[in-house]
Amino acid sequence: MRGSFYAALAFCGRMLSPIILVPAVLNGLLTGAVYALVALGLTLIYGVLHIINFAHGALFSAALFAAFFAYRLLGLDPYIAAILLTPVFFLLGYGLQRFVIGPAAHGEDRNILLVTLGLAVVIENTLLYAFRADTRTVNLDYAFNVIDIGVAFLSVPRVIAFGVALVVALVLWLILTLTDTGKAMRAVAKEKLGAELVGIDVVHIYAVTFGLGTACLAIAACLLLPTYYVNPHVGNAFVLVAFTVVVLGGMGSVTGSLLGGMFVGVVESLSGLYLGESLGQIGIFVMFILVLLFRPSGLFGERA
Amino acid sequence: MKGITVPWILTIVAALATLPLLTASNVVLNFLIVTLLIALVAQGWNVLGGYGGQYSFGHAAFFGTGAYVTAIMQMRYGVNAWAAFAVGIGGGALVGAIIGALTFRSGLRGSYFALVTLAFAEVLRILASVAPLTGAGVGILIALDLRPQAFQFQSRAPFYWIILALVGVSLVVVRMIEQSRFGAWLVAVRENEDAAKALGVNPTRVKFAAMTVSAAITAAGGAFYAQYYLFIDSGIAYGSWISVEALLAPIVGGVGTVLGPLLGALVVKALGELTKLVTGDTPGLDLVVYGGVLILIVAFAPNGITGLLTNLRGHFMRLRARALGRSDG
Repeated sequence: MRGSFYAALAFCGRMLSPIILVPAVLNGLLTGAVYALVALGLTLIYGVLHIINFAHGALFSAALFAAFFAYRLLGLDPYIAAILLTPVFFLLGYGLQRFVIGPAAHGEDRNILLVTLGLAVVIENTLLYAFRADTRTVNLDYAFNVIDIGVAFLSVPRVIAFGVALVVALVLWLILTLTDTGKAMRAVAKEKLGAELVGIDVVHIYAVTFGLGTACLAIAACLLLPTYYVNPHVGNAFVLVAFTVVVLGGMGSVTGSLLGGMFVGVVESLSGLYLGESLGQIGIFVMFILVLLFRPSGLFGERA
Repeated sequence: MKGITVPWILTIVAALATLPLLTASNVVLNFLIVTLLIALVAQGWNVLGGYGGQYSFGHAAFFGTGAYVTAIMQMRYGVNAWAAFAVGIGGGALVGAIIGALTFRSGLRGSYFALVTLAFAEVLRILASVAPLTGAGVGILIALDLRPQAFQFQSRAPFYWIILALVGVSLVVVRMIEQSRFGAWLVAVRENEDAAKALGVNPTRVKFAAMTVSAAITAAGGAFYAQYYLFIDSGIAYGSWISVEALLAPIVGGVGTVLGPLLGALVVKALGELTKLVTGDTPGLDLVVYGGVLILIVAFAPNGITGLLTNLRGHFMRLRARALGRSDG
């Protein structure tokens, strides 16, 4: 009796010791950066179009498949494929908003919900039909490289992903602050009618925003592929996480989704450590629901 | 108020009830049972989404709870199947009441509401896929016991009549809601929540009540599913497929109408079967068609088939009026 009590105490002590805790937190941050990138696309679209894009997860699955086949068929390393796929997905997103979502929704919020849901169903099941439910992976010789930073071993591809995600966030921020298109996007986000009156092509700006959000997915997919797998449903796991990140960070905030992404990554990593893998996801959902219920404006954002 | 009257509903149900006498084909009966099952689940969605304007993307939460409670009551606690069925409906309604109380009290609307319902369904799915009570990853098998008192039958016809009766009850209930003061409040909240509030309607309470009724109807579908297939797991019961079907049928048939969900379920299921016929049984393709139909309906017929029919009738009436020389110009 007493023995098992002490064993349990020692177990808890071990779980809380920095040797386990620090790597878990660091790995959580690395995963979080990819979440942040997926969430950046979502938050950008929400910020300007004021819609929740339910097709985001399916588009992410599509991006992962694109990166996978770029490697398998063309022999392109995922990091190089990113240069090709980012503009392709920008155009895809642009086209979807301009020619499908925009015209089909007639500007009504409820319709946009349904159209993006319909798109999600179509994309996900087309992937399922074309590639079956098999899970695929790529074999890259650097996939298991690690660097030793003293307190922990970190996977090289994930460190790269972390760095690139930060750069992408910075670039997005620069686009939004410095370029004319960025200024137009912010104008449309703030006051659609006013922006239209001063001659901004709102339909075009909407499509550009959607394109940028989709392009983020292509980059995230290429960063994730070396250490992850592909199947038609893989995006779903990310999209609810991305929703959580976006809600935490405040809808439409770039910094918010970056911080939110890291935070969610750490929460997942820690709850996975203490509750086991499958319940690690629950930690995220519970956090998501709690935030939506009690602070829908997010931890960093303004009133939604 | 316009709309289909109760005698008409009963006539339609009575006519449908004769179908098993015309055909003994298991394929046909199975198609009809599944269609009616979707119509029932969709009618639940319609109460909240169609009349109340609150689009839920997570009706799987109620369907799954109905199915799991029915199965667990029988297999773990030895409760009679019919009683378990009733408890299943109650369980679904309870989950609806809890989610409704939480979400509507915090004032979630539109996209936020859709998101949070989706998240609740996902949480339940993950919980069901790990908890021992729900059979974790294996699911629950209801033991074979082919006796009417165990809610199991040798042939499919009794299942058909039961699901038809459930659909009939749901149609009458929705018709009664439509004509009641509560129904008027619900539509008022859908059209303009702030205006409804200014006129003394309590939107939170009205939506809460609608969600509970909605969940109960959808849970009845889940409980029936468990009894008909005798097997459920977390992916079936709480999977997103049923959330999609629940909203697709009313949107195709016509949201906020009594017959919309039934009409929509018929069309959607027929389309699904047609796809299978043309392309063979390949996973995914029928859902691709559903998704495409959803987008097309939203784009070109936002009021669904019922809306199209009303438009056509209006058109026809105008033509006739003109022919009779009573045209208004």
